[in-house]
Amino acid sequence: MSGPASGASGPAIRTAGVGKRFGSAWALRGCTVSVPRGRVSALVGPNGAGKTTLLRLLVGLARPTAGEVRVFGEAPAQTGAFLAGVGYLAQEAPMYRRLSAFEHLAVGAHLNRVWDAQEARERLADLEVPLDRPVGTLSGGQRSQVALALALAKRPRLLLLDEPVAALDPLARREFLASLAMATVSGDLSVVLSSHLVHHIEHVCDHLILLADGQTQISDDIDTVLAGHRLLVGPPRPGAGVPGATVIDATDHHRQSRLVVRLTRPVLDPAWHTEELSLEEIILAYMRRRRSAIDRPATGIRTAS
Amino acid sequence: MGFRLNPASGLPAYLQIVRQVEHALRTGLLRMGDQLPTVKQVISEIAINPNTVAKAYRELEMAGWVRGRQGVGTFVVRCPCGPPPATYARLAHTLEAWVASARREGLDDAAMEALLRGAIDDQNAGVA
Repeated sequence: MSGPASGASGPAIRTAGVGKRFGSAWALRGCTVSVPRGRVSALVGPNGAGKTTLLRLLVGLARPTAGEVRVFGEAPAQTGAFLAGVGYLAQEAPMYRRLSAFEHLAVGAHLNRVWDAQEARERLADLEVPLDRPVGTLSGGQRSQVALALALAKRPRLLLLDEPVAALDPLARREFLASLAMATVSGDLSVVLSSHLVHHIEHVCDHLILLADGQTQISDDIDTVLAGHRLLVGPPRPGAGVPGATVIDATDHHRQSRLVVRLTRPVLDPAWHTEELSLEEIILAYMRRRRSAIDRPATGIRTAS
Repeated sequence: MGFRLNPASGLPAYLQIVRQVEHALRTGLLRMGDQLPTVKQVISEIAINPNTVAKAYRELEMAGWVRGRQGVGTFVVRCPCGPPPATYARLAHTLEAWVASARREGLDDAAMEALLRGAIDDQNAGVA
C-alpha cells in the first residue's frame, strides 16, 4: 500500500516504542528511531543491546512484541514484494561454500525479480575476486565482497548488514567499506550496518543509532551528535548540574570534575573548560551511564550485608 | 592530494577534509586550477561516506576556494594571497622550536594555544 509515508520523501526507517521479548527477557525495548533516506547508519551498542534483533525486525524475520516498525512506510514482512526492496546480510555472511560466485549469481537470478548480475560481475572483477572458484576457498575479505555484491545485485533500496566487518583484517575491512560507500554514491540506497566497534565503521556512516540500557540513546546525524556533546573540565562539584546541558557521564576526582554533557545551548560558566569529544568517547559515556545505573544497587546490597 | 581522517578527533570528518584542503592551499601544495580528488577517488582511498566528501567540497565552494563543474570535477579557483610556501616553512620551523622550549618549561597544549591566541589578539588590538 502506498500511504503518504511511503512517498519519496518519507523516512527509510521509522520505529516507535519497539520492543521484542523472547520468553520473559526483553531483547530490545523502547526503540524509537527515524532514519532519512540515503543515509548510511552505524548501529552500535554493547553486546546484547538488541542490534541483531532490530535488524531482524526491519527485514521482517521477527515481529515486534510492542510498538511499530515501518520501512519506507510499510510493515516489514517476508513477502516477495517487501523483500525485493530490502537486502539483509546476516553475521558470517552465509553462502553455499561449494558454489562459486558465478553460480551464486545464477541462483540469485532465479530467485529475484530484479537481478543485475552484470554489475555484480564487474564489481568483483574490478576487485580481482575469482568468479569461478568455490566461495569456501576464497579469503575472508573476498568472500565478504561476494556477499556484498550478491546483496546489491537485486538493487535494494535498503541494505541491512549485521557486523559485516567483525571478522575482517584491517585491509579487507577498508576494501569492504570502500565497496559499500561506492554503492551509496547515487544516493538511492539506504544502509544500516551494525558493529560493536564504532571506529571500524564511523567514517563510512553519516548517521548513528546507539542502543544501550535496552533502548535508543541516540538516533541522529553524526555531525549533529559531535556538535551536540562536549567534555567539561572544572573544579570538583560532585552531583552539580550544568544549565543548558544534560550530564551523560561524570567522573569526580578530588581536584576536578570531568563531565560528558549533551548541550542544548553553549555553556557560559567560565569555571568549565570545554573540549570536543570523539564519537567513540561520546558512545562510551552513554554505555558507562548504563553500567553505573546497574552497579549502584548491587553496591548497596553488598554494603548492607 | 590525499586525505587522512583521525577517528580520535572531535572534529566532524567533513571539517577535517576542509581543514586539510585549506592547509594545502596555504602551503602551496594546491594551486590555482588544480583539481581536487573526485568523490570516488576519495572513497577508494579512505572508505568514506560520499555525503561527507560532498559536504566538505560544498563548504570549500561556499568559502570561495573551489568551484565544482558538473560532470567534470572540483577545481581550485582562488589561492590565499600570502607569502610563498618557503616562508611558511621557515616560520613553522621557528614555531616548532618555540613549542619545544615551551614544553620543556612545562606548558601544556592548551597553555601554548592560549599564549599564541593572546599574542595574536594583542597585536590586533595594537593595530586597531
